[in-house]
Order: sequence, then C-alpha cells, then structure tokens
Amino acid sequence: MIQHQSNRLDFSTDSEILIFEKLCKHYWLGQVELKVLRDIDLTVKKGDYLAIMGPSGSGKSTLLNVIGCLDRPTYGKYLLGGQDVSLLDDNQLSLIRGQHIGFVFQSFNLIAQLNIIENIEVPMFYQGLSEHASAARAKELAEMVGLGDRIKHRPSELSGGQQQRVAIARSLANDPLIILADEPTGNLDSQSGADILGILDRLHEQGKTLIVITHDEDIAKHARREIRLLDGQIQKEVRKG
Amino acid sequence: MFLYRARRTVKLGIKSLWNHRLRSTLTALGIIFGVSSVIAMLAIGEGASRTAQEQIARLGSLNIIIKTVKPSEEQSATGQQQSLQEYGLTYKDAERFRNNISNVQVIVPVRRTGQQVWYRNRKISAEVVGTVPWHLETAPVHLEMGRFLAGSDMDYKQDICIVDERIVDELFRFDDPIDQYVKIASDYYLVVGIVSNIPVTSSSAPEENTNGTKMQSGANAGNIYIPLTTVKDRFGEMTVQLNGQSGANIEKVELQEVIVKVSSIDEVLPTRDIIDTILSRFHKKNDYQIIVPLELLRQARRTQAIFSIVLGSIAAISLLVGGIGIMNIMLATVSERTREIGIRRALGARKRDIIFQFLSETLILTFAGGILGIVLGSAIPYFVTYFGKMPTVITGSSLLLSFGISGAVGIAFGLYPAYRAANMDPIESLRHE
Repeated sequence: MIQHQSNRLDFSTDSEILIFEKLCKHYWLGQVELKVLRDIDLTVKKGDYLAIMGPSGSGKSTLLNVIGCLDRPTYGKYLLGGQDVSLLDDNQLSLIRGQHIGFVFQSFNLIAQLNIIENIEVPMFYQGLSEHASAARAKELAEMVGLGDRIKHRPSELSGGQQQRVAIARSLANDPLIILADEPTGNLDSQSGADILGILDRLHEQGKTLIVITHDEDIAKHARREIRLLDGQIQKEVRKG
Repeated sequence: MFLYRARRTVKLGIKSLWNHRLRSTLTALGIIFGVSSVIAMLAIGEGASRTAQEQIARLGSLNIIIKTVKPSEEQSATGQQQSLQEYGLTYKDAERFRNNISNVQVIVPVRRTGQQVWYRNRKISAEVVGTVPWHLETAPVHLEMGRFLAGSDMDYKQDICIVDERIVDELFRFDDPIDQYVKIASDYYLVVGIVSNIPVTSSSAPEENTNGTKMQSGANAGNIYIPLTTVKDRFGEMTVQLNGQSGANIEKVELQEVIVKVSSIDEVLPTRDIIDTILSRFHKKNDYQIIVPLELLRQARRTQAIFSIVLGSIAAISLLVGGIGIMNIMLATVSERTREIGIRRALGARKRDIIFQFLSETLILTFAGGILGIVLGSAIPYFVTYFGKMPTVITGSSLLLSFGISGAVGIAFGLYPAYRAANMDPIESLRHE
C-alpha cells in the first residue's frame, strides 16, 4: 500500500493540497467505541481559507489533530500534498508536520526559555537548516510580523498579541502547505485579535492556505469557506466570494 | 549534518541547564563526588599497594630468606629450672644448601646481635650484623666510603667494622668515622667503611635488605657489619636471659638468618621447596621460617587487587547514587517540560530528536561532573598524602575508568527519562498545563 514516498512535492495553483476520503476516527473508551469523526470527505486547494466551525464535542479538535498529522485516522484516506500520510509512521509524520504544517495555537505555545528568534527557529532546526540560514529567515519573519525590534525578548516579555504574532512567524518558518490555526484569537483582547486576523488575511492574499478552527462567527467571516461540524460529520459547507 | 545537529543539541542542552543553574549544579555534585571518590579511593589503594610491594621488593625477589625462629615452649625440655635451648639454623645448614642446590648464586649466613656501641662518650644501641664479604649482593646497601668486608678479614677474624649512615648520624655526628675506633660490648673495632641504604623506588629493584621483615627504618638505631667469624669469637653463640626465680635461660643459636640468592626468578620457588626438604630432614623442631619475597610480592599484589576492587566498588556505589539523582532530576525535568516537548513534536521533532535533547542534557551534566570530579579526585589524594602521610598514586587508568563510568552512568540514567519524554503523546503534552 505504501508507495514510494518523496519529500519533494510538486503542485500548481489550485491543486488539491488536502484530500480526505471517508475519513473516520474512532476512540476506544473501555468497551465503548467512540466515533469522533465519521466519513469526512474534504478537499482543500492551494490558497484556500477554510474555517472549521462547530460546537464543542463536534470533533473539531480531533479533526485538527488529524489534519496536523498529530493523529492518524482510523479508517479512510488522507492525502497531504499528494502523499498518503495515513499510513506513515511516527518518524515520517514528525517530518511531515515540520515541513508542511504550520501550527498556530490558541495559547501561543512558545517555548518560554527561548527568545523570539530562537522560537521561530525551532521548526527549521528539525528540518536541518543551517544555523546561519535559519537565523536569517527567523529575523526576516520576525520583521514581517512587526517584531523586528524585539527579537532578543523572551515570550514572557511580550503581550499576548505579540506572542501570537511570533507564533504565526514560527508557523511560516518552513513555508508549509497549510497554516493550521486553532482558535488563534481565543486568548486575545479584541484589538489584538483583530490584528491577528489582519495578518491571517494578508497571508491569504499572499496565496497561503489557511485552515482556522474556531467557534467565533466573526473569524469565520474572514474565511472563503466555512465548514460546520456536528457529531463528527460535516453538517454543511458554505462557500463565499 | 549529524555533527551539526549534535552541536546545536548540545548548545540547547547547555542553555536549558544554565536556566536551572542551581538544580544542575546540585545534580552534577552527585557525579562530582562519585567520580572523585572513585579516583581518591583507587589512588589510596594503589598507594598502599605500591608501599607494600616496595617493602617486599626490598627483600629481593631473587632471594630466599631462611630465618631462625624460637620453637614453641612445649617442644623444649620441660621441667628444668635451668635449660639450655639449642635451636635455629646452623653453619651446617648453610653448608648443605651450598652442596645440594645447583643454581644458587650466593649464600649469605648472618648472625645478628643487639649490642651497645660506644664512640668516645656517646652510646647507642645498634644491631651488630656478622656477615660475609658477599653480603652486599643480597642487600640494598651501597658502599659509600672505604671498603666492605674482605676475605682476609674473615680468615684473621679482624676487629673491623662497617657502619651504616644511621650510625654515622647518631654516633659520630660531625666526625669522620673512617679510621676511628668504636667500642662494641668490651672490644674496640676499627671503622673501615660506610654503607648507605639504597632507597627502593619501584618494585623492580632487585636488591634487598638483610634485616628481613623488620626493614622499616628507625626500628633500630642502625647496623654495624663485622666479619661473621669475629662475631662468633667475640660474642659466642649463647644468649643468657635471667628471668627471675626460674634462673637463667640459655639459648644457643648459630645463625639468625641465611639468605640464598638464585640466578633467575623461575628458580625461586623450586629452590624454596628444596631448602624446605633439606631443613625438614635435619630440624626436628619447627625452628625456622622460609620467607620468599617473590611469593609475598605476588600475594600482596593479589590482596591489593582485591583491596582496590573493594574500595573502588564502595566509591562506585556513590557514583551510582549520583546517577540515580540525575535520573530523578531528569524525570522531574521531563514532566515539567511536557508542554515544551509537545510543542517541539508538533513543530517537527522526531522521537529521536527529543531523546537526543534530553540525553544530551544528562550527558553534559555527567561529563561536566566527571571532569570536575577528576579535578577534585586528583586533589584529594594530594591532601591525603600531605596531611595523612599516606602514600597515594593516581593512575591514568583510574581516571579513564571513573570518567568512563560517569559517561556510562549518564547514558544509563539518562536514557529512561529521555525515552519517556520522546514517547509522550504530542496531543496530550500540548494540552498539558
């Protein structure tokens, strides 16, 4: 089943970056099988801006974990950039995560002991980028999110909005296929939240593919597509613009 | 590529250890003390071993020393108020050795007696050693000045003597002893030579001291060598001990010691057996003792090896305790940094990257601890020698050993926490507060 896997992925504009085919995720809670995701079919193209919405318990987080290659589907197929990742082992998944997924978390998840530059460098380190190249790229990204003057600061010395901007810079480090944001404004005041959404919009304009998981309607408004999840199934999909 | 990653991982490790300086220092202390105690213990053990071996080597590894011992009382004539005890080695024994042993190099019969020695108005007690001209071949003594005994001294029973440096120091002080007369018991002897004891610095020294097992300097005031024939004439072979009510106790001993030197190491043990056979045939009483320095030396080496192993093991236990301390701290660190591990895993770290990260922290701790331990461990024996007057020897192998052990401890006790860190579920660890 496992085909020859190459890390070089070639795709043109509008190509399908992410394909879910009848994807299921089941958990075993003792004797009870919990079907968290049921027969999800989903396609995301390059440049998409997708919002996944749903009440808690709808399977949003599980979907996020599967998309982010942190978890493997129980059944079904997951093609990321043309590569079937549902069959990869932990090592290969780790590399795929570092290479093709840019995570933005609700609680920022910066490493407290590292300064801004070092935090942005983390994904590049695991891809084996040279120290010099990764430092240069990290500086560039920090400037892009408007924190070029604070690169030596620790996360604790920054405001929440600034921290999330660092996290976005970090997610862009390896130029991933997908930027996966989980409630990116959930811990922020409205002004900072608006800033972050502005940055995400800008990234979308630059042609990045974004998937945002949220239950905030305002955030969903920014997205081109909206998927509503209920009880582990796609309830409805809304396309805009 | 690998080296590059290793370098950055180490850098990261140093950084995170630096963030917890106090904790890192305390953890490393376990290793520091463990390593230094291994080194110190082995150095003390090795020092003791060298001393023992040197002392034995002074007896000469080619020598077989046969000593007269007083037989136990039951074997002597019983019920007599005044008894004559006759025992010990005889001139005949020495003769028999010469006739029956083929590979013998020299045979030195020795008769010793403690006497008062006078020079002008100074008096000391010294050991008078009646011996033969070839005595020097079996003893680590070196002729400093004048001459040693000669064949004619033996033939004419000359009243001459050779003194050793201790006698010179205590009896003559600043006078030149050569051509002076000393009074031993009731006769005057001309000093013709001075000998000094050769300090034996390594166990390879082949020569030896005729004092036998009590060769520690300072045990007596010094040796005065005079011809064996003269001793026999002047002092006789009887010693009379007056012991209160029971009257006099007379002992007759011809020779206190016979030293047989063979020509090669391989012949030492067979010759010992021959000597034992000869002596047991002619001595009904158990009045002799055969000392084989070579055998003692081998025995001492075995004993010291065990000693070193025991000392080393005790120290190794402290190293083990240090290792457990490291493991404890690393486990705490891992659970404290669960979230960081989750973040790193999400950002592309493989399990092995996490293992390397935590293992490198442990290894940095143990190697730093190992190096400091070597420094401290090398300093301790120095103080032991300086204040405790105990000889110590730090061997390169003990340094390597302890450093190797500390590295092994680092890997052994670092692997499990690292493994645990790597196998944490990234999703769970990201949720961890």
